Amino acid sequence: MSSLKLAIAAVAVLGLAACSNNRWDDTANGGGVGAGAGIGAGALDPASPAYFQQTVGDRVLFLVDQSTLTPEAQGILQGQARWLTQNADYVVTIEGHADEQGTREYNLALGARRANAAREYLISQGVAGHRLKVVSYGKERPLEICSNEACYSKNRRAVTVLAGGLTG
Amino acid sequence: MRKILAALLIGAAAAAGAGAAMAQDGPLRIEIDQGVIEPLPYAVPDFVPETPAASEYAAQIARVIAADLSGTGLFREVPASAHISKVTGFDSPVKYADWKAVNAQALITGAVSVNGNQLTVRFRGHDVFAEKELGTGLQFNGTTDGWRRMAHKVADAVYSRITGESGYFDSRVVYVSESGPKNDRRKRLAVMDYDGANVQYLTNSASIVLAPRFSPSGDRVLYTSYESGFPQIHVLDVGQVQRKVLSSGDGTMSFAPRFAPDGRTIVYSQTQGGNTDLFSMDIQTGAKSRLTSAPSIETAPSFSPDGSQIVFESDRSGSQQLYVMPAGGGEARRISFGEGRYGTPVWSPRGDMIAFTKQNKGRFHIGVMRTDGGEERLLTASFLDEGPTWAPNGRVIMFTRESQGSAGRALLYSVDITGRNLKPVKTPDGASDPAWSPLQN
Repeated sequence: MSSLKLAIAAVAVLGLAACSNNRWDDTANGGGVGAGAGIGAGALDPASPAYFQQTVGDRVLFLVDQSTLTPEAQGILQGQARWLTQNADYVVTIEGHADEQGTREYNLALGARRANAAREYLISQGVAGHRLKVVSYGKERPLEICSNEACYSKNRRAVTVLAGGLTG
Repeated sequence: MRKILAALLIGAAAAAGAGAAMAQDGPLRIEIDQGVIEPLPYAVPDFVPETPAASEYAAQIARVIAADLSGTGLFREVPASAHISKVTGFDSPVKYADWKAVNAQALITGAVSVNGNQLTVRFRGHDVFAEKELGTGLQFNGTTDGWRRMAHKVADAVYSRITGESGYFDSRVVYVSESGPKNDRRKRLAVMDYDGANVQYLTNSASIVLAPRFSPSGDRVLYTSYESGFPQIHVLDVGQVQRKVLSSGDGTMSFAPRFAPDGRTIVYSQTQGGNTDLFSMDIQTGAKSRLTSAPSIETAPSFSPDGSQIVFESDRSGSQQLYVMPAGGGEARRISFGEGRYGTPVWSPRGDMIAFTKQNKGRFHIGVMRTDGGEERLLTASFLDEGPTWAPNGRVIMFTRESQGSAGRALLYSVDITGRNLKPVKTPDGASDPAWSPLQN
C-alpha cells in the first residue's frame, strides 16, 4: 500500500509539472472546468478537478511498445474510477501518447491502444462508457523533451482529462 | 570510372588522349543503375536574352538548370570562369573545340525572350565530343512568374536525354512545416518546389496536421488534422486552397490516408475501440469498405501504381512488419523478414520497389526492397529517419530526419536509391512528412 501511495505522489508531481509547461493540457481542459484553480491554494477540495489531477493522479504510464496496464497503473485508475463515480457530472477524454521511438502512424495507433486500455479498465471499475472518450496524439505531444528513457518513460502515457459536465 | 557506361568513356578517353580501344560509338549517356562514381562534366552558359526584359531571367534560368543537374550528383558543372567561348546567339555555330578544351562533355545553350508577362525559353543540348546536338531543341512558353518551372523543364529534358530516365525537377513537395520546441511544436501544411523554392502555406498552425499526400494528378492533397479535436482526414484543393473533411463520426480517429491511382478511392486507417484497421472510401460517394479486421495495428497503407495491391504495416506477428494484400482486402502476405521493425511502406511509382522505415537496435533507416521483400537495401541511418516519399521517376527518395535531444528538430533530406547523394532539402523552418508530387504538366 505504501508503494502505491508513493507511485500516486510521484504521478501527482508529474501532473503539476505537466500543467506548468504544457499548454495543450490546458487547452484540452477547456470548457470552463477551471483546471489548476486549486494549485497553491492549500488543501484541495476533493471534488475539484485539481484534486483529481494532483491527488488522485490523472495519468498512467506504459512500458516500451506496450499498452498493458501495470499494477501501479491499475491502482491509479481505481482511484480515478472512485472519483468519477463520486463526481458523476464529469465526462472525460482519455489521451493516449507514445514516445518518439516509433513511426508516426504506428505511434498514433499505439496511443489509441493505451487510451483504450485505460478506458476499458475504468469501465470495469463501474464508470459508464458513454462518459469516456479516447483520442491518441501518438508522438505529437511529448511532455518531456530529452531523448532518453528518463523522458520517454513519462511520455508513454494515458492522461484522463476532465472535459466538462454532462448535459441533459 | 568503370561503372559509367562505356559510351560515356568516349569523351573522357578522348580528353585524356587514351587509346582508341576504349572508344565505342553511342550516345552520350549515364547509366544510373550502375551507380555513377564520376559525375559527367557539363556547361550551361547564361542563356541569351533576346529581348531587353529577358536579361534578368537569362542568367537565373541557367543557374536553376545547373542546380538541378549538379544536385543529382550525376553531373558536375564546368564553371563559367573556365569557359573559353561565350555564347552570344542561340543560332550561332557552337565552337565545340572550346568546350572540349575545358572537358565539358555536355553543353546546354538557350535563349530567353519576354513579351509582357509571357516568357519563352528555347534550348539545345550538345554532345561536345560527338560535335552534334543531343536530341532536338525544345521551346517552352509560360509566364514570367513561372520562370523557375521552365528552367526545371529544360533540366528535366537534359537529364532525360542523358540518363534515359524521366526527370523529376518540375515537381512539388507538400510537407508539414514545423516551428517551436518539441513540447510546443506548431505544425502547418506547406507546399514548395522540389528544390525548396516557392514555399506556400496551406493551413494555419492552430491544430496538428500530419502526413499530407498528393493525388495522382497533383491537384489535391489528403492529410490528417486534429481540427475537430480528433484526428480526421481532410482533402484540400491545392490551387483553390479549399478543403473538406472526409471522415466523420465524433470520437473516431481516422488517419494515414493515401489516394489510389484512380484519384477517387482512398485507403486509410480508422481506430475503433482502441483497434486500428484499414478501410477504403470512394470520396465522391462517401461509400466505405473495411479491408482488414484483426486485433492488431494495421496502418500506413500505400497502393501499387496499377491499383491492384496495397502494401501496409501490421504488428500481427508481434512486431511492426510489412504486408501486401489485394486492393479490395483479403489475404495478406508478409514481405519483410529482416532484423528489426518495418513501417511506412511506399510503393515506387515504377512499381518495382517498396521504400520503408526500418527501426533496429535503436537506429532508424530508410530502405528499399523489391515488392516481394527481396534485395533489401538500407540507404540511411540516424537517430530518427522516417516517412520516405518517391520522386516521380522512382530514382530519389525524400524523408524526414529528426535530430536528438531537447533541441531536436525535423528536417527534410533526399537520397538516391543507390544510397548516394544524401543531402538536406532547404526549408524555411523545420519540416516533416514530405510527399512528392507527380511531374507537372
